[in-house]
Amino acid sequence: MIQGIPLEHFLVVSTIMFFIGVCGFIIRRNLITMLMAIELILNSVNINFVVFNRYLYPDQLQGQFFSLFIVGIAAAEASVAIALIINIYRNMKNIEVENVNEMKF
Amino acid sequence: MTGYTYTVFIILIPLVMFLVIGLLGMKWKPIVSGILGTIGMGISWTLSLITAGSYFFGVHGTEGFQTIIPFEIKWLQFTETLIIKMGILLDPISVMMLVVVTTISFMVHIYSLGYMKGEGGFARFYAFLSLFTFAMLGLVIATNIFQMYIFWELVGVSSFLLIGFYYQKPSAVAAAKKAFIVTRFADLGFLIGILILSFVTGTFDFAKLTQPGTTIFASAASMSFMGISAMTWAMTLMFIGGAGKSAMFPLHIWLPDAMEGPTPVSALIHAATMVVAGVFLVARMFPVIHFQAPATQELIAYVGGFTSLFAAVIAITQYDIKRILAFSTLSQLGYMMLSLGVSGYGGEEGLGYMASMFHLFTHAMFKALLFLGAGSIIHAVHSNLMQDMGGLRKYLPITHITFLIACLAISGIPPFAGFFSKDEILVAALEHNKLLFAVEYIVAGLTAFYMFRLYFGVFWGKDQHYHHTPHESPMTMAIPLMFLAFMSIISGFLPFHNLITSDKMGFETHTDLMVAIPSVLIGVVGIAMAWILYKKESVVPAKLAKSWGILYTATYNKFYFDEFYLFVTRKIIFNYISRPIAWFDRHIIDAFMVGIGLTTEKISYQIKGMQSGQLQHYAFAFVAGTLALALSMIYLLM
Repeated sequence: MIQGIPLEHFLVVSTIMFFIGVCGFIIRRNLITMLMAIELILNSVNINFVVFNRYLYPDQLQGQFFSLFIVGIAAAEASVAIALIINIYRNMKNIEVENVNEMKF
Repeated sequence: MTGYTYTVFIILIPLVMFLVIGLLGMKWKPIVSGILGTIGMGISWTLSLITAGSYFFGVHGTEGFQTIIPFEIKWLQFTETLIIKMGILLDPISVMMLVVVTTISFMVHIYSLGYMKGEGGFARFYAFLSLFTFAMLGLVIATNIFQMYIFWELVGVSSFLLIGFYYQKPSAVAAAKKAFIVTRFADLGFLIGILILSFVTGTFDFAKLTQPGTTIFASAASMSFMGISAMTWAMTLMFIGGAGKSAMFPLHIWLPDAMEGPTPVSALIHAATMVVAGVFLVARMFPVIHFQAPATQELIAYVGGFTSLFAAVIAITQYDIKRILAFSTLSQLGYMMLSLGVSGYGGEEGLGYMASMFHLFTHAMFKALLFLGAGSIIHAVHSNLMQDMGGLRKYLPITHITFLIACLAISGIPPFAGFFSKDEILVAALEHNKLLFAVEYIVAGLTAFYMFRLYFGVFWGKDQHYHHTPHESPMTMAIPLMFLAFMSIISGFLPFHNLITSDKMGFETHTDLMVAIPSVLIGVVGIAMAWILYKKESVVPAKLAKSWGILYTATYNKFYFDEFYLFVTRKIIFNYISRPIAWFDRHIIDAFMVGIGLTTEKISYQIKGMQSGQLQHYAFAFVAGTLALALSMIYLLM
């Protein structure tokens, strides 16, 4: 399926995804959206793992397994993050990140 | 070697008593502490007498008394060679000192049962007395200089505690501080002396240091500093320590003030035992001083001679009876030092050494008696000043008789104890130094004069109007007086020349009539002058005082030594040394440290806004930082 597509194309896509994620994380105020941005970052890394594995060591599978682990951990992380967000919502009646600023000097 | 192991208990009992009374004394009735301390001291005393009996009169060969070390432990081991030991050394002078210390201490314990009755801090008093006795006994039986130094300091501490016993009284606190600081100042010399001596010889042990014909000083001959040999330095510095403790001129200023303590304490510490520690130290190091540092021995003789004259002159003009006795103590300590200073080594040559120890013994007896008698007088009239006393012989018969015996003893009238010991000192002085003999001869007359001035002023003279009739002291106070009076009479007949000599061999002495008769005569002259001037109230003494004018005033004010020292410390040392150093400390060192703290605080205040609590700010900073790092890495690697 990926025969004939050069490596650079994949890398460009993953880089764009990564920076979209970073921008989203920094710019968006909604905690859920920030969580989605983190997922974008993680998945851009996943793409890199899979692609490098396929192009550099086609007969090995470490990169692909690594990306499977990342997906698993991302799921766990999302569940913890959503639990936190629900608690924040219960306390503040919104999920704007700017309001979560208790931990400072 | 064995057989004397029980001497450990002589020292341990007072220590145990100190701990028990000090820790539990508050819970009992005060009298329980007193009786407990007295019983403990009584046991120590008995053991000391047994030790002395078996040591002096037991079997010993023709080569004289042996130095016995019945007990010794390694206390601190720093290296293979640097070991500090604790132990018990028995030789003639330490056995004699055991007897002196425990006897006087026991008498003072009994006496204080009456004297201190009803005072606050009765248990504390007895605890400190036990501590002092422990320290003093530890000092005299020390096997090495370092052990001696440790107990030396302990003695100083207990003296400090007892002088300041009435700690509500500012003058007592000041006197305690003064005694502590002056003696500490001298002890610095002692410590340096010990270090030099042990550096040269490689040992602390008295037994090795004082062995005749020892070779450990061989390396000392080549060492010198500022043109004076190392051994002279070491011995002179050690003598400074001894001079501080024994209140030799010019470190004498603390002793008269130390009379602020309770009178039994003055009798025990500042008359009979602690102040002779300096004499004891010189006697202990005598072979070393005599053979290795003759210049120091000369110095000791002159310091002793000057102190005895100086103090005797001051004693004539004082009115506080305890201060008169304090200056008299100074004067007699001067005698002992001088006697050691003019002594030779071995046989008849060592007469001065024997005379010094003899005088130490007899002086301890009659001076303790004088102080306890003075305590009895103060107890009766509630004043220290001679002007408040007079005609007391009717009211205080026992005190009167015992005090008279002590006065005769110190004046050197035969057959009382002081005659024999003072006579030996005069003979020793005459043989070695005519000038010092003349000084001591005059001092003997002065001693008789000021003692009988005191005696007549207190017991004769005009009857004062007392607020309530003075009464004789209770038996607890009278018994020690009588015992010590008995000792003052008989102790002159003890055969000291067979027992305590520089080389531990006995020798024969004979009373030199050429010295004895004039010395008794001058004593009698002194007494007669006191009789004429002070027996009846008269205006002659006041007139005489006026005719001496400025000289009298100077003497009355103790030649302004206190003022001089105060001037030196307050005006010179404080102003020109201490204040600049204090300024440097506060404005340079302290300010630097404070500056570090303040700078840190200021910077933190400025940058604390960075911790805003805004998650996205942190994320931005993190990403920006990572990007910057990545870009710089790329730039560098390209």
